[in-house]
Amino acid sequence: MIPGFDEERPLFLQVAALLEEAILSGAYPEESQVPSITELSVSCKINPATALKGVNLLVEQGFLYKKRGLGMFVAGGARERLAQERKKQFFAGYIEPLLAEAEKLGLSREDMMEMIQKGAMRQ
Amino acid sequence: MIEIKNVSKRFGQVQALDGVSLRLESPGIYGLLGNNGAGKTTLLNILTSRLHADAGEVLLDGVPMVDNDAALAQLFMLGEKNLYPDEMRVRQAFEATACFYPAFDIARAKALAARFGLNMKSKITALSTGYRSIYRIVLALTVGAPYLLLDEPVLGLDAQHRDLFYKLLIELYAEHPCCILLSTHLIQEAAPLIGHAIILHQGRILRNAPAEELLAAVHTVSGPAAAVDSYLAGRRPLSASSLGGLKTAYVEGPRPQAAPQGLETGPADLQGYFIALMEEESK
Repeated sequence: MIPGFDEERPLFLQVAALLEEAILSGAYPEESQVPSITELSVSCKINPATALKGVNLLVEQGFLYKKRGLGMFVAGGARERLAQERKKQFFAGYIEPLLAEAEKLGLSREDMMEMIQKGAMRQ
Repeated sequence: MIEIKNVSKRFGQVQALDGVSLRLESPGIYGLLGNNGAGKTTLLNILTSRLHADAGEVLLDGVPMVDNDAALAQLFMLGEKNLYPDEMRVRQAFEATACFYPAFDIARAKALAARFGLNMKSKITALSTGYRSIYRIVLALTVGAPYLLLDEPVLGLDAQHRDLFYKLLIELYAEHPCCILLSTHLIQEAAPLIGHAIILHQGRILRNAPAEELLAAVHTVSGPAAAVDSYLAGRRPLSASSLGGLKTAYVEGPRPQAAPQGLETGPADLQGYFIALMEEESK
């Protein structure tokens, strides 16, 4: 299992997420080489076909590109574009489930705003 | 490609295999899953001509494999049985293996033995269960055969050595694509490696499909018992368990896009699916 990821999503999506996180955090800088399919599959202990599927997802989206005979590299501008993507997904990924959970618990809008402000002050 | 066509085998009153047909293609990692007595080892023994089938045949690239030395040299089986003389030491067994498998990389075998802490001077019969597994694993990883049949490869291995084994196996497969058949009870930890799952039950094939396809055709549902029961009505539940008023079930069919009101649905994992299937079969 890939460390730090949930088991809700298929493994290839977890591989894609692992790479996305590393690009966003700057661990894999733009124009640098990312680990090979062998390295990824060995390190995550998954079938290489699964690792390839995850990598291909990022290639299709233009975050990674292939240099023939050399391997996979992070595309220029990938970090900024990924951050934009994440902002777009923020509403569906965080706000909607937040509201659903609050509804389930009977929390008022005021309660929630108070908690968000409290949280922001601690950061 | 190995083709198993309609293979049957009976031991006295027990029908160990009953009309089993399978294809093993290279490259691919196949998981052979089944409870004790399902017929897994019998199938592997027939593949390697250690046993003869009562009916049916096994072909390698279209050529019958029975007692066909050239074809059998393409296969390596890691099994529980030690086929070398009792007095043999690990080093001697490596040398003997080199005679049968010309592609055997003895230098790498020695390096891996050192990495696992396997003493080359030990007699094979004097090795502990764990080290006997390691001895077999080292052979399987270095023998250079295009078809590897691994019957419970991690028997008695500690967590660290199991981890090392899986990593070495994936490395081998990624760098030298081959056909690996992995027969194991430890489904959870082998699942991420398995590309194609074969589920054997009482000598028959119950499921035989790419793991991803298999798992996409089943989901879990949980929630208040009454709500789960009405969800299950008209569907095909595999197994269900209750914890007080909370009920959880495995259901055949793809997971719905949105969970029905008050229920939670989730993806199935290979081990959970296997157990659910076995419970359904034993009803």
